[in-house]
Amino acid sequence: MAVLEIRELTKKFGTYQALNGVNLDVNGGEIFGFIGPNGAGKSTTIRVLLGILRATSGQAQIFGKEVWRDAVDIHKRIAYVPGDVHLWPNLTGGEVIDLWVKLKGGGSRQKRDLLVQQYDLDPTKKCRTYSKGNRQKVALIAAFASDSDLFILDEPTSGLDPLMEQVFQDCVMDVKKQGKSVLLSSHILSEVERLCDTIGIIRQGKIIESGAMRQLRHLTRTHVKAELRQPVPGLAQLDGIHALAAEGSILSFEAESEAMDAAIRQLSQCGIVKLECSPPTLEDLFMRHYEGAGGGVR
Amino acid sequence: MLHPLWASTGRLIGIIARLDRLRALLWLLGIAAFTLIVPPALSELYGTQALRDEMAATMTNPAMTAMLGPGALERYTVGAMTAHQMLLITALVVGLMAILLVARHTRGDEEEGRLELIRSLPVGRLSWLGAVLVVQLAVFTLLASVTGFGLALLGVDSMDLEGSLLYGAVLGATGLVFAGVAAICAQLADSSRAAVGYAVAVLLLCYLARAVGDVGDMALSWLSPLGWVTKTSVYAANNWGPVGLLIALAMLLFLAAHGLNANRDMNQGLLPSRPGRPRASRFLQRPLGLVLRLQRAGLWAWAVGMYVLGISYGSILGDLERFLGNNEMLGQLLGEAEGVTITDQFIAMLMIVLALSATIPPLLTVHRLRGEEKKGRLDSLLAGAVSRSRLLGSYMVTGAGNGMLMLSMATLGLWTAGNAVLADGLPFGTLYGSAAAYVPAMLVMIGLSVLLTGWFPKLLQLNWLFLLYSFVVLYMGDLFQLPEWMRQLTPYGHVPRTPMEEMAPLPLIGLGVLALALTAAGFIGFNRRDLDAS
Ligand SMILES: Nc1ncnc2c1ncn2[C@@H]1O[C@H](COP(=O)(O)OP(=O)(O)OP(=O)(O)O)[C@@H](O)[C@H]1O
Ligand SMILES: [Mg+2]
Repeated sequence: MAVLEIRELTKKFGTYQALNGVNLDVNGGEIFGFIGPNGAGKSTTIRVLLGILRATSGQAQIFGKEVWRDAVDIHKRIAYVPGDVHLWPNLTGGEVIDLWVKLKGGGSRQKRDLLVQQYDLDPTKKCRTYSKGNRQKVALIAAFASDSDLFILDEPTSGLDPLMEQVFQDCVMDVKKQGKSVLLSSHILSEVERLCDTIGIIRQGKIIESGAMRQLRHLTRTHVKAELRQPVPGLAQLDGIHALAAEGSILSFEAESEAMDAAIRQLSQCGIVKLECSPPTLEDLFMRHYEGAGGGVR
Repeated sequence: MLHPLWASTGRLIGIIARLDRLRALLWLLGIAAFTLIVPPALSELYGTQALRDEMAATMTNPAMTAMLGPGALERYTVGAMTAHQMLLITALVVGLMAILLVARHTRGDEEEGRLELIRSLPVGRLSWLGAVLVVQLAVFTLLASVTGFGLALLGVDSMDLEGSLLYGAVLGATGLVFAGVAAICAQLADSSRAAVGYAVAVLLLCYLARAVGDVGDMALSWLSPLGWVTKTSVYAANNWGPVGLLIALAMLLFLAAHGLNANRDMNQGLLPSRPGRPRASRFLQRPLGLVLRLQRAGLWAWAVGMYVLGISYGSILGDLERFLGNNEMLGQLLGEAEGVTITDQFIAMLMIVLALSATIPPLLTVHRLRGEEKKGRLDSLLAGAVSRSRLLGSYMVTGAGNGMLMLSMATLGLWTAGNAVLADGLPFGTLYGSAAAYVPAMLVMIGLSVLLTGWFPKLLQLNWLFLLYSFVVLYMGDLFQLPEWMRQLTPYGHVPRTPMEEMAPLPLIGLGVLALALTAAGFIGFNRRDLDAS
């Protein structure tokens, strides 16, 4: 069942077309990774979902309700963390967290205190003295302390250190276990790769690729690096082998998944001393999409 | 249950009240104190009806009407005198208070990104604006009650309960109107700075339209909410009608602001904004250029504003001349001795007002450095090859140039209109000389801001209080017969008041030296202290 559904969403700022027919679904219990280059329209999509911006055309529904018209109802069950968190300089972090949790209604005090401890935040400090990462923690704690059914996170970890990043990932896995859904926009691809079941890639206001993580891996190439006793003659002729390079006895290439079998057969006939295969990364997928379509930036 | 558009408004009211309690309280106390010290002072100074009638006689001319609005001069009781001398100017300050309070929480919070998270909570689209305005309703009701009952409790004979409550109600209602104006401007402008600018422009236009209207065409002052303020005739006829009018207008503006807000994207003004240049011009690549570029729009707006201010006052000179022509005796009565005409006196008075107004934009310019510092934007500039002195210098020089430009614009306006309406014309040289005499005093004010920026950045805003003090002392010093030393405390008090007084170079040189010393000290401090990050 789709928790979040977007159909042919467009958004214009004046004459500038920021979103150009976005389609996207997030199902219950799913972590959806939303990636794309700078200025692709991730934050704009999210702001439309939150009813902060009004769509020019198209449909967007959360829990089966219209995001603009039923914003208040929807917001009772979602939590949002932006990439840039701005707080009132003269309130303390603790005050801000309580204020947000209370505005949302519900949320347990214990959970809040536990999170404050996990994220190692000093809630007695005034917000004006917080560093970027600390401000982000305030928003994350408020989000995870609420009992929401959908978490919308827009680059939530852009200021966190690796330790806190780990705490964040644990939090996300935790809510997933409880059957809740997450929409995670991020530029940290390793994070997306580790957490997400499904991803959508947006570029120039359009979703250009989406699907289950496992499925998408098939589209990418495996890196192979091999040290051999003797050179391989026929590898270059194989379909689906790219970027073949030899350096002394060390050979490296990228193989599409269909060509893998044939390639390894050939290698094994030439005496393998050492073989390294690195799995396709999201980064490869990402790069291929951006470079493939004729340059990244408009 | 509220409509979903206003969901959780109650909670937000609590938050805004919590955020603003100190700021609003200080405004409130300041205005109440300012209002409540006046009647006892006036009863003391003008104890007899004869003294008050004498004062009333000097007030019976178009110049005074333009500044203060019409008053109950035929029955100039202490109450009527207080209302005549103080009500309009206090209303102006209350208007400013409303604008600053509202702009801060509408466009200000939006621009700083604080509303983004609020809007993701189960909070209606209009709740924030609604809460801001409800808080204003409370603040200005409180202001009305405190001043109203306070005045009544002073126990001055001519100040009955009804008049006192009316006095307070007028102030409160004026605040609400300008809260509404600010709320509308926040929907139209494309930044919070522009929103404040538009709202203040409306406030000044209302004041000027009323001035021109009160002196000549009465219809014009009925168009201005500030014109309604003096139509209440507090402590004389006690008209409550205009208060109703003000409140009705305020409610209308509140509604309109909600309507506009409902269909606006966050951080987007309804007025279109143009795309900018893709590259920095050569000029922009230097600190001085950057400082100028960042405030280009404001600079133009202020320059036009100062010109209009000059013109408005200049146009009154004709009425003044005609009035004196009909009442030659009155002219003598008003102390038209030794070649000092009423017109000269009025011009000398105007010059103070113009010089003080022209000091506002340069102070804004210099204070901007501190604003940029607090937003953390200086770090990347200073990390480049720009020294601290050069940066501060750019702001200082821009400020000084800005001040001179503003003063020139105002003088030009005054001259254009005055020259046209006066039979003998107005010699530009003399007029410009009188204005130029205020430049050193202005530089002292700028120097003081530089000093504070360098050594005590947290106290920087106090310079505004000093400017306000200067205004009160110089503008109302005669009325309250304030001692000379109070006048001497402000740099403007040392400026020879030409054309009424002789020009004297010595005090001007002294002011110049003081300005230099303050500025130099400020530079030393700025080079030594820590910069605040965001
Ligand atoms: N208020 C606005 N007015 C005009 N253009 C806007 C506005 N907000 C966003 N845009 C433009 O819309 C496009 C999409 O912006 P958006 O913030 O959604 O990008 P993003 O995918 O979140 O990028 P990033 O990875 O840098 O956060 C950008 O080109 C941006 O310049
Ligand atoms: Mg973004």
